[in-house]
Amino acid sequence: MRYLPLTDDDRQEMLAAIGAPNIEALYKDVAQEVLLDKPVDLPTTKGEMEVEQIIAGLAAKNLGAGAAPFFLGAGNYSHHIPASADHLIQRSEFLTSYTPYQPEVSQGTLQALFEFQTQVAMITGMEVANASLYDGATGTAEAAMMACRVTRRNKVIISGGLHPHYSEVTATNAKFLDLKIVTNPADPEGLENSESLAAQIDDDTACVIVQNPSFFGQVRNHSQLAEACHEKGALLVVVVTEIVSLGAVMAPGDMGADIVAAEGQSIGNALNFGGPHVGLFAVREKHLRQMPGRLAGETEDIEGKRGWVLTLSTREQHIRREKATSNICTNSGLCALAFSIHMTLLGEAGFTRLAHLNHAKAIELADRLDALSGVDVINDTFFNEFTVRLSKPAADIVDRLAAQGILAGVPASRLYPGNDDLENLLILAVTETVTPSDMDRLIDALEGVL
Amino acid sequence: MSTVTGNRGLQLEEKLIFELNSPGMTAVDLPNPHEITNVESRLGNAARKNPIGLPGLSEPQVVRHYLRLSQKNFAIDGGLYPLGSCTMKHNPRLNEKMARLPGLADIHPLQPKSTVQGAFELMDMTAHWLKTLTGMPAIAMSPAAGAHGELCGLMSIRAALEARGDARSRVLVPESAHGTNPASAHMCGYQVETIPATDQGRVDLAALKGMLGDDVAAIMVTNPNTCGLFEDEIIEMTKAVHDIGGLVYCDGANFNAIVGRVRPGDLGIDAMHLNLHKTFSTPHGGGGPGAGPVVLSEALAAFAPLPYVVHGKDGFDLIEQADDAAEFSSDAKPYGRMKGFHGQFGVFVRALSYMLSMGSDGLRQASSDAVLNANYLMAKLSDLLTVSYDGPCMHEVLFDDRFLKDTDVTTLDFAKAMIDEGFHPMTMYFPLVVHGALLMEPTETEGKETLDEFVDVIRALAEKAQSGNTQDFKAAPRYTPRRRLDETKAARNPVLVWSPGRAPELQAAE
Repeated sequence: MRYLPLTDDDRQEMLAAIGAPNIEALYKDVAQEVLLDKPVDLPTTKGEMEVEQIIAGLAAKNLGAGAAPFFLGAGNYSHHIPASADHLIQRSEFLTSYTPYQPEVSQGTLQALFEFQTQVAMITGMEVANASLYDGATGTAEAAMMACRVTRRNKVIISGGLHPHYSEVTATNAKFLDLKIVTNPADPEGLENSESLAAQIDDDTACVIVQNPSFFGQVRNHSQLAEACHEKGALLVVVVTEIVSLGAVMAPGDMGADIVAAEGQSIGNALNFGGPHVGLFAVREKHLRQMPGRLAGETEDIEGKRGWVLTLSTREQHIRREKATSNICTNSGLCALAFSIHMTLLGEAGFTRLAHLNHAKAIELADRLDALSGVDVINDTFFNEFTVRLSKPAADIVDRLAAQGILAGVPASRLYPGNDDLENLLILAVTETVTPSDMDRLIDALEGVL
Repeated sequence: MSTVTGNRGLQLEEKLIFELNSPGMTAVDLPNPHEITNVESRLGNAARKNPIGLPGLSEPQVVRHYLRLSQKNFAIDGGLYPLGSCTMKHNPRLNEKMARLPGLADIHPLQPKSTVQGAFELMDMTAHWLKTLTGMPAIAMSPAAGAHGELCGLMSIRAALEARGDARSRVLVPESAHGTNPASAHMCGYQVETIPATDQGRVDLAALKGMLGDDVAAIMVTNPNTCGLFEDEIIEMTKAVHDIGGLVYCDGANFNAIVGRVRPGDLGIDAMHLNLHKTFSTPHGGGGPGAGPVVLSEALAAFAPLPYVVHGKDGFDLIEQADDAAEFSSDAKPYGRMKGFHGQFGVFVRALSYMLSMGSDGLRQASSDAVLNANYLMAKLSDLLTVSYDGPCMHEVLFDDRFLKDTDVTTLDFAKAMIDEGFHPMTMYFPLVVHGALLMEPTETEGKETLDEFVDVIRALAEKAQSGNTQDFKAAPRYTPRRRLDETKAARNPVLVWSPGRAPELQAAE
């Protein structure tokens, strides 16, 4: 077996050095009746070529974004990843190292995380950011729990514009913690406003969670909502599922957000069928000690040279055990590195241009779709994703287009099953990867089925 | 001797990206959006007005920056990384290649199910391998990491107990457990109590029995445990817990010692997470991403999180809503969603690629070799270092710092001296049940030659420490990009982001 360097001679020699007659002797603490005497019933070892053939066979059964006009978003976006970003994250020293517990031999990872934290803080307009969480959905749940710790209150108000997976994960986490989750009904038209949400805040309310752009693509300035929250002693959590938007949209920090929980997949990370992704998490500095997750901090070594270490670990589970701010142990290190490298490649000029390019393409498609009969764009505002109301149920239309090799978008009914009002809604995302001919094919196909 | 630049040959100093800024520069050439459309923005009153502050670099600068950073890291590809409990084994590159295949890397989780049948099949195959290896009937694939898996398993336990109308209030956790265990139990609303260990480094069965009662929801046991020992009374433990109506969670961090040799399902375990990034060779990536699927017993199968793959009438189907979980009775439902979308799919691809490569025979050989390697280290070092508990051990061997008594060299000093010798240190000061712990896990992907070299170095260092040469240890490491770093300063005055106007020279002088 190509991954195992010991030879049979080595094994015999080593057993002799240990003083054990055979390998079974080393398993003597296992009760005989549960010790297996032969391999379990699964296929035996295979060479690289055979494994490649099996997995490539599975891949061939899927229709990928690279092989079709592609308009899906809803929290997971298809963007172009520069060749150098994917190359650099596969450097052995990044790919095959552990969490940087030994800072003297982990300065590469630590400096990269410090740069990542700074980029995330800048983009979100916040003061500090952590070294990443699993994804945007779990980050939102962490934000809700953190807001409850900060305010010592236990009610969380969720906007109808939040990604349904994000509110479901938050509800799952809250289930056994005596937190009360109030979820507003789905809000495709963006009718919710600062008054309607603020009216729900009471003395028990820890935070209001909004998503911007919303799940349906609506873009809002939440400055007034932030003020209303603060007047009533609650925090404003702003969720961003499409981080590219912040190249063109006002940063949550500039609106007065207290916590930002975002999904960073769009930058540097492939779709990967929904994971692994990278949760971005940024807060006001005054709430730092209630923040979950790893943090890289600047310091110096005994020669006075600048360096980095993991810091403020007294918040964390390996020190605090059941009193920790979270049970989280790792971050999403390599995905965070991919994000950081791609963002460094883009820089200010590239990131803002990428955002405006996405916005311009989305405007183009939205206007063309709106001109079709049987299709109405319902958004008054959007970034690179918007919702259309079709004259027929959206899921059927999506299936019919998929049969023609077109991945048309996400029908709202996939995430809100059984909600008749949303049955005809289709959510489409348009990134820089969409070509004019992709748009033509979508429009021609829609005209054919509507 | 110092150099003009601060560089030392191949070891190059590297500024922060923010200090390499050429304003306006970008390494990504994109079309001009104004050539596509000149219509007004649709951002309403929320358009960005302030600049972000991101630095501009060219592609060669970016590549050089990250290459230089990478060279400041130790990695398993470069040398022995014997971090106990962390399982730093070889990460096959085939797995990386497979995860990047078109049709796997570029599929969206909400595509029509008919267009991603291969992805569901891949998840189903991965699940089948994991269930068969553990001897468990069900699995929750979505948890993102080990700690996330613990939370998932405890929620399953709590949901099952609530369905019985008896949530209970206490969870018992051995004192040698990972810190995530009590933190996860707490997040599930349970009161955590500590089970003492015996002087043999195992759960004290008599003490456990004394703590059991009808308010105990579960115990969380790690097996093999964090002292590197198999819990020889595990079957009695699980039976005692089941007898009082409780359930057994197993922290599967150390499953790599027993794959193909022992099935946790045969031990009475009800839920156990699998760290795919440990046992199944997916890379640690400097701290994630991992994956922590949780295998479940019959008693918990109905209480899994959403979503999960099933064999439907038209191929594979994905159950995303509790109402669609038709196969279970009305009081037994999935308890909700743990994570966005369907789990760490890219990690599943890598783990499946590894399992197919190893096969049932190779996996069994791997766990045997991991155990053999750890016992070999124990045999070769136990006369000079102090073994905490008699062997045989499983895949890792625990020493404590009694061998450093009267030397003024601490476990930390010893570890830093190992760095200068070109080895990554073992896990230090964990588990907490022994003083100054040194937990070594060589893994099966190290050959005898490497282990012999490691043994020689450790022996030489131990002899040096015992001979009274403390200075070399206190000064270590000396040959790394940075020497010992001031963690107190970092925590007292946290600098977590770069800010403009803070030149590196000034920072060093602060």
